[in-house]
Amino acid sequence: MAFLELKNVSKSFGTSSVLKDINLSIEKGEFVAIVGFSGAGKSTLINLITGLLKPDSGTATLNDLEITGPGPDRGVVFQNYSLLPWLSVFENILLAVDEVNRNWSPAKKREHVEKYIAMVNLTPARDKRPSELSGGMRQRVSVARALAMNPQILLLDEPLSALDALTRATLQDEISRIWQEDKKTVVMITNDPDEGIYLADRIIPLTAGPSATLGPSFVVKIPRPRDRKAINHDLHFKQLRRDVIEFMLNSRHDRHVSLTKKLVLPDIEPEDLSLPRSIVNRRTRPLRKSEIKEETVEVE
Amino acid sequence: MSDYCELSNLTKIYPTPKGPAIIVKDFNLRIKKGEFVTLIGHSGCGKSTVLSMLAGLNDITGGGIILAGRELSGAGPDRGVVFQSPSLLPWMTAFENVMLGVEQVFYTASKEERREIVEYYLTVVGLGDAMNKKPVELSQGMRQRVGIARAFALRPKMLLLDEPFGMLDSLTRFELQQVLIELWRKNKITALMVTHDVDEALFLSDRIVCMTDGPEAEVGDILEVHFPRPRERKAVMEHPDYYRLREHLIEFLEVHAHKHKRVPITPPENWPPDGTMFLTRPKPAAEPVTNQ
Repeated sequence: MAFLELKNVSKSFGTSSVLKDINLSIEKGEFVAIVGFSGAGKSTLINLITGLLKPDSGTATLNDLEITGPGPDRGVVFQNYSLLPWLSVFENILLAVDEVNRNWSPAKKREHVEKYIAMVNLTPARDKRPSELSGGMRQRVSVARALAMNPQILLLDEPLSALDALTRATLQDEISRIWQEDKKTVVMITNDPDEGIYLADRIIPLTAGPSATLGPSFVVKIPRPRDRKAINHDLHFKQLRRDVIEFMLNSRHDRHVSLTKKLVLPDIEPEDLSLPRSIVNRRTRPLRKSEIKEETVEVE
Repeated sequence: MSDYCELSNLTKIYPTPKGPAIIVKDFNLRIKKGEFVTLIGHSGCGKSTVLSMLAGLNDITGGGIILAGRELSGAGPDRGVVFQSPSLLPWMTAFENVMLGVEQVFYTASKEERREIVEYYLTVVGLGDAMNKKPVELSQGMRQRVGIARAFALRPKMLLLDEPFGMLDSLTRFELQQVLIELWRKNKITALMVTHDVDEALFLSDRIVCMTDGPEAEVGDILEVHFPRPRERKAVMEHPDYYRLREHLIEFLEVHAHKHKRVPITPPENWPPDGTMFLTRPKPAAEPVTNQ
C-alpha cells in the first residue's frame, strides 16, 4: 500500500459537491504537485489530508493508518503563513518543536530550532516578529516551522501564491534544495503549472469544479537539480508543459455554455471630449466609420 | 507605418528629503499604429510609472508623449486603462460600470446604441449572463473581464494594461489572455502592456521592451516577436522560437534581479529649474547591456 492514499474520497459543503471520487496514492519520498484553478477545491483536498476536514465518503490513510484529525506527523505550510504575530521567528518555531518533543532538554530544542532557521537562511532575522518580515521571509518561517516538527509528510497549500515573481523563484529554489537534502514526502498544491513542473516528480491536475476530480498523473522526468533557464531546451519539459496546460484549460472549457445570441455593435465613433460640446452639437448623431474617412480627406 | 505613439526622453523624478529620486530617465519608445508592445521588468523598475504617465495619471517631470499627432496632457477617454485590480464601482452592476464611460464618449449616440455597445463588449468577454451582477457577486477573474470590457467599450486610441492579470491564478490568466488577444485583434487597437510574466509577454506582444532595474530605469533590450496571428496558445508554444525567446527573457530578468544600481546619478541639467536645491553627483560609468 502506498504511503499516502485517498480512496474514492468525496466532499460536499451543503448541497454543493466540491470533490468527487478522488483517488490518490503517493509513495514515500515523492514530491507531488496538484495543480488546479482557484476555487476548484484544492484547499479542501489538502485539508482532507491534514485532517482539518473529514471526507463524506471514502477513506484517507497515511502509513496505513486512517487520518482522523490533525497531527504532527503532517507538517502544513499555508498560503497566508499563519504565524503568531506576538512571537519572534525563533519562538514561532520553538512552539511547534515544544509541542512535538516535550521530553527534549531546552538546549536540544534550541539547537534544533536554530538548525531549521539556518536551513531557510533566516539566522539574521532570528529575533524579529512576523510584522517586521517581508512576505517571502514569513513564508520561510512557516516552512521552517513545518520541517522542524520532523513530519512524515510535508503539505504545502499554495505556499508561494501571495509572493511576487522574483521572491517566488527564490523560494522555489530553496524548497527544491531543502527537499533534495532530506527527501521528505511532499504534496504541494499550486495554481501554476510551471511551479509544479519545476519542483515535482509528478503532477496531478485537479479538474475545474464543481465536483472536481483528479486527472491523469504527469511524470516529470527532468533531471535534478533543475535550472530554470536550461529547461527551456528540454524537449520533455516543452511537451509536458503543453500537455498539462492543455489538460487544465480543456477541463474548464467543457464547463462553459456557449451563448448563441446575435450581437450588434453599432458602427459609431466615440466623441472627442477635449472639444467643446457646442462644436460637436452641430451634429445630432455620432460619426460613423465611413464618415471619418471623408473628414480626413478634407483636412489634408 | 508611421509612429502612432511617441515617448521622448520621458523622465520622472520625485523630490525626496534625501534629494531627487530618479525613477525613470530619458525613456524613449515609439509605437506603431496597431502594435502590441510590452514593457517587462521587475517590480519597482519604473515600468508602471511610464504607463501611468502615458495614461495621464502621473505628472511628467521631463520629456513628452505624443499620441496620434497630439501632445498629451492629463487623463482622457482616448486611452483605455486596465488596472491590476479591476477598480470597479462596487454599488454598480457590471453593465452600469461599463456604461459609465460609454455614456461619456458616446453622448451623441442614442440610448439604444449605447446599450448595444455595452452588451456587445460584456458578452464578448464572456459575461453575457452576468451583466446585472455587482462586483461582489463576481469572481476575481470575472471582475477583470469587466475591466477589459470597460476599456475596450470606450473605443480608445490606445489601450494601456498595467499588469492586468497579476492578481489572477496562472490558469485563469491563460484564459483571459485569450479573451484579450481576440478583442485586441478585432479592434485593431494600439496597446502598451506592463508585466513581469514572461509567457504573457510572449503570447500577446509584437515587441517586448525589457527594462533595467530602477532607479533610473531605461530600455535594456528589445525583442521582436513574430509568431503568426491570430495566435492560439498551443501553436505559439510549439513555435520553434518560443522557448528560445522565453529563455532569453528569463535570463534578462535574472541578471537584472541581482543588479541593483546603488550610485545615484546627476539629475538632468534643467532639473530642478533653479538648479540650487540639490548637489550634483558624479555620473557612474555606463554598464554594458547584456545582449544575446
